[in-house]
Amino acid sequence: MKYSGWKVLRQALGGNKGWEPVWRDPAPKPAYDIIVVGGGGHGLATAYYLAKEYGLTNVAVLEKSWLASGNAGRNTTIIRSNYLLPGNEPFYELSMKLWENLEQDFNYNAMVSQRGVVNLYHSDPQRDAFARRGNAMHMAGADAVLLDEQGIRELCPFLDFDNARFPVKGGLWQPRGGTARHDAVAWGYARGADQRGVDLIQNCEVTGFQVKNGRCIGVETARGPIAAKKVAVCVAGSSGRVMAQAGLRLPIESHVLQAFVSEGLKPIIPGVVTFGAGHFYISQSDKGGLVFGGDIDGYNTYAQRGNLPVVEDVCESGMALMPMIGRARLLRMWGGVMDMSMDGSPFIDKTSVDGLYFNGGWCYGGFKATPASGWCYAHLLAKDEPHPVATELRLDRFKRGHMIDEKGAGAQPNLH
Amino acid sequence: MIINHPLLGPRDAAEFVYLGDASLIDRPDWQSDTAADDFYEYQYLRDNPAGETRELWFHEQGDRSWLVVTRNTLTHEITKVELARDVALAAGRDR
Ligand SMILES: Cc1cc2nc3c(=O)[nH]c(=O)nc-3n(C[C@H](O)[C@H](O)[C@H](O)COP(=O)(O)OP(=O)(O)OC[C@H]3O[C@@H](n4cnc5c(N)ncnc54)[C@H](O)[C@@H]3O)c2cc1C
Repeated sequence: MKYSGWKVLRQALGGNKGWEPVWRDPAPKPAYDIIVVGGGGHGLATAYYLAKEYGLTNVAVLEKSWLASGNAGRNTTIIRSNYLLPGNEPFYELSMKLWENLEQDFNYNAMVSQRGVVNLYHSDPQRDAFARRGNAMHMAGADAVLLDEQGIRELCPFLDFDNARFPVKGGLWQPRGGTARHDAVAWGYARGADQRGVDLIQNCEVTGFQVKNGRCIGVETARGPIAAKKVAVCVAGSSGRVMAQAGLRLPIESHVLQAFVSEGLKPIIPGVVTFGAGHFYISQSDKGGLVFGGDIDGYNTYAQRGNLPVVEDVCESGMALMPMIGRARLLRMWGGVMDMSMDGSPFIDKTSVDGLYFNGGWCYGGFKATPASGWCYAHLLAKDEPHPVATELRLDRFKRGHMIDEKGAGAQPNLH
Repeated sequence: MIINHPLLGPRDAAEFVYLGDASLIDRPDWQSDTAADDFYEYQYLRDNPAGETRELWFHEQGDRSWLVVTRNTLTHEITKVELARDVALAAGRDR
């Protein structure tokens, strides 16, 4: 079913009784050309582009729980392409361009809202670093505007500009950045993949890989073995434990990141604002809730919940930046398991096992990457060569000394 | 999380800095023929287990000792806390 304004109107008149399920619930077939492990945003986008761009439809997505039950449905929904390094920035800008046309492309309302992202700076060296980053963004075709204090005052008059320790001096603004509705992104990709014949199989945990003569020929699952010519793992926070089943050790640690939402308030935060002196970022949802977060908890974990010291730290950072939020009440908080790579940058690559592919290491920034990750992973799977913007996202880059050390911070700030 | 420090008793985990897997105590031999590969694996690759794991915590805001903490990454339950020095000595290191 294609969605349109006309359809919404007709359904409204008919009491909304004519809507159909958005995707099928098929039983797994004994074999597929390609199996995508993990039904988060990246896995669904990969399946969608495999079907749409490469005509590969004998594909299954195996999800251990329900679609988008992992980080796809837990993130703070920020999309942006304000990276610095040549290994990263063209990839994230491709993602930004895909976001801009996504809803027309998959005929689903993902609530992509380009309300702007501003990273604040608080000192002269930080301004210079942001100017350099802005130039790198321009060179990759992205948009960036370096704002001085006056510019920020016009955008966000409510900040604590004269904070004694970290006065706000300006910011790097990406007007095309913003937010999107995380669940709807996953649902849109799921529906588009399903319509083209991809089997989306839920409650189907992958429990092992069938490897014969160094080649992956299928997977073991909670619903029985399934054969495949290619197996594409895409399980974000579960990367370590899933790839261990194929005997691989990864340059990845699993950590928890928490997020917070306040009660609904009148519109006040214009876009996404990030603190440059502590780790704190905030936006306001369309329902009015302040959506914010900060650092990972800092110890390895697979539990989807964090601890209180980080709650305190995030709230302190928020109060230092915008004291006005002090009286807003916190409604909800939750955690998601992050696949923290050692240099903070992701992987889209083949592995040492033939026919087994890996996509992961997204850290706390993989939501914005969803379209390009799916696009480039589908390219790799279909053509067996990396997409031109993803050539540096290799699993062996640490061994070769070619890290993509965007911020000098992966799982730990002291790793490189 | 509360870490039961062998010398100081129960302490809030927020007093500590986290380093990672306790296998980091076993630094590879820099003179070995395979040193380059060994250090790559030591520095960058992780077991990243789901379940019980042993890891290094540094009591930065306390007595500045290194501890080996046995903790479950699925439940955050801590079952054992040792001085890293004792663990290293028991493993045959000279300090
Ligand atoms: C609190 C929080 C805030 C964040 N904020 C942002 C942000 O503002 N901007 C941004 O860009 N990024 C953000 N991120 C990061 C982003 O959410 C992730 O990087 C991204 O969602 C990861 O890709 P995914 O959607 O495919 O992951 P997931 O949705 O986690 O997908 C992985 C899937 O694999 C499944 N799986 C695991 N093991 C198996 C198995 N054995 N068999 C079958 N299936 C399995 C899981 O159930 C899961 O559904 C945030 C993350 C968190 C937790």
